[in-house]
Amino acid sequence: MDIRLSECSVAELGRLLRGRELSAAELTEYYLERIERLDPAVRAYISVLADKARIRAREMDALLSAGAGGPLTGVPAALKDNICLAGAVTTCASKALANFRPPYSATAAEKLLHAGAVVLGKLNMDEFAMGSSTEYSAFFPTHNPWDLARVPGGSSGGAAAAVAAGTAPYAIGSDTGGSIRQPASFCGVVGMKPTYGAVSRYGLVAFASSLDQIGPLTRTVADNALVLTAIAGHDPKDSTSAPNEPGDYSAGLEEGARGLKIGLPKEFFREGLAPGVEKVIRDSARRLESLGAEVGECSLPHMDHAIAAYYLIAPAECSSNLARYDGVRYGLRAPAADVIDMFQASRSAGFGPEVKRRIMLGTYALSAGYYDAYYLQAQKLRTLIRQDYERVFAEYDVILSPTAPTAAYRFGEMSDPLSMYMGDIYTIPVNLAGLPAISLPAGLTDGMPVGVQFIGRHFEEALLYQAAFALEQSVAFTERPALTEVD
Amino acid sequence: MSISAAEVERVAFLARLHLTAAEKEDYARQLGAVLSYAGRLRELDLSAVEPTAHATPLFNVLREDAPGESMERELALANAPEAIDGFFAVPRIV
Repeated sequence: MDIRLSECSVAELGRLLRGRELSAAELTEYYLERIERLDPAVRAYISVLADKARIRAREMDALLSAGAGGPLTGVPAALKDNICLAGAVTTCASKALANFRPPYSATAAEKLLHAGAVVLGKLNMDEFAMGSSTEYSAFFPTHNPWDLARVPGGSSGGAAAAVAAGTAPYAIGSDTGGSIRQPASFCGVVGMKPTYGAVSRYGLVAFASSLDQIGPLTRTVADNALVLTAIAGHDPKDSTSAPNEPGDYSAGLEEGARGLKIGLPKEFFREGLAPGVEKVIRDSARRLESLGAEVGECSLPHMDHAIAAYYLIAPAECSSNLARYDGVRYGLRAPAADVIDMFQASRSAGFGPEVKRRIMLGTYALSAGYYDAYYLQAQKLRTLIRQDYERVFAEYDVILSPTAPTAAYRFGEMSDPLSMYMGDIYTIPVNLAGLPAISLPAGLTDGMPVGVQFIGRHFEEALLYQAAFALEQSVAFTERPALTEVD
Repeated sequence: MSISAAEVERVAFLARLHLTAAEKEDYARQLGAVLSYAGRLRELDLSAVEPTAHATPLFNVLREDAPGESMERELALANAPEAIDGFFAVPRIV
């Protein structure tokens, strides 16, 4: 076959498979071979499920040959390693769960399997999704396919790097404060954090339950809409799952940017934003204007306080969620004389430095005497942030902003926790308000990709895809990491 | 801002973590830095603002009180560090 399969969109692969020009077995072998060749340098995968994928591919071929199957049937995919897949080791990149085999699959994984996905493997991340660079994986860091000396972002760094390296056609990640969008920006791929509740969190290992959300990372906007359509929807197993029916996110994709009212928050164009990133955002705004969108300046006055609120709320929820890792029912147990000592020894041996730091911070913020001063203040600030967005969305359809203040940085460059936290300034407020947001590549700075972010009203993912698709077609971002230029 | 060693030890016990001397020192400094940054929230008058716990309003999500299937005991115990006679086992408590 003379087409480069690693350059094919998910939709194209689906067409080739359904037309039987390509078998799922061939496509799976193709990707397993690419993983074998490219992943030793990138290290996106924690585990590769080669045997299971081969068996599954043959099953999908049987379905496809019988004329059954949909757009994702037989197309390989990979999952961030905090999404449970029954029987496959799910580590969360933590020593605490190094040998954990979940007895059930996450609803999002079930839905993907139902849609015919062939799961290639589980992807690296910052331990328990806490971090912005994948340097906090307990096993090894993932490298950015564009420059192996740089981080892929995080915490879904393995997911973004695999899609960028062409070692997975698409991946599923999770986003608590930017963990899908920031690595998508750093690796030049498309990443969507859907509205809180749009995708079931059942079987997603919990970090901060009021903020966590599962979403797709893909090479194109259209692919992203296709994958989200497969995984979204109400789930009785997740009481925070939204009751509304999601519909087809691809439906309005090609309606264009004409008439869209797009707000640029003035608070986002200040000190800390790298000039090369700002240029890409301003260029994107001009492109959208030339496509007929109305671009205006808007204001989100409480954004300066969003990081402070997030780094109280997320650690507080983390400290209570991670209380379950006590060495009793699953996970690492360290030898100890009595049961309290066992809890302490198991937790201390199982968790890495960033997880411990956040548990400590959250426990402090929730402890007697500090609850009102920190946690309650943060929850109140969350109200103001939500109201800021409501005011903007009364006037604008979508917000255009940077995804991250810089392009991907070098390993070890972000050693101070607080400066790493500051890198989440554009993504965190979106999680606090539960809104959907998408990052797509819109240019390069010094050879590294730069993502722009569209933020929308609750459950208006379709409008975000419409805006993002219009910009994607105009930018025509065709650059690829040099490392992937092999077949 | 730095928080005291005693405070770090108190919080570590609440979180059921053993910390090394080096970790205690690091966390005293790093938690202090994050908390003084978070102190910026007190610059705002939030006395009249209602707190938000969840971004999307869903209240009292209930399901039918109907019997369903539950996980097989063997499967539920499959990841247990120690299981005896169909139960999770822990070091002696009393």
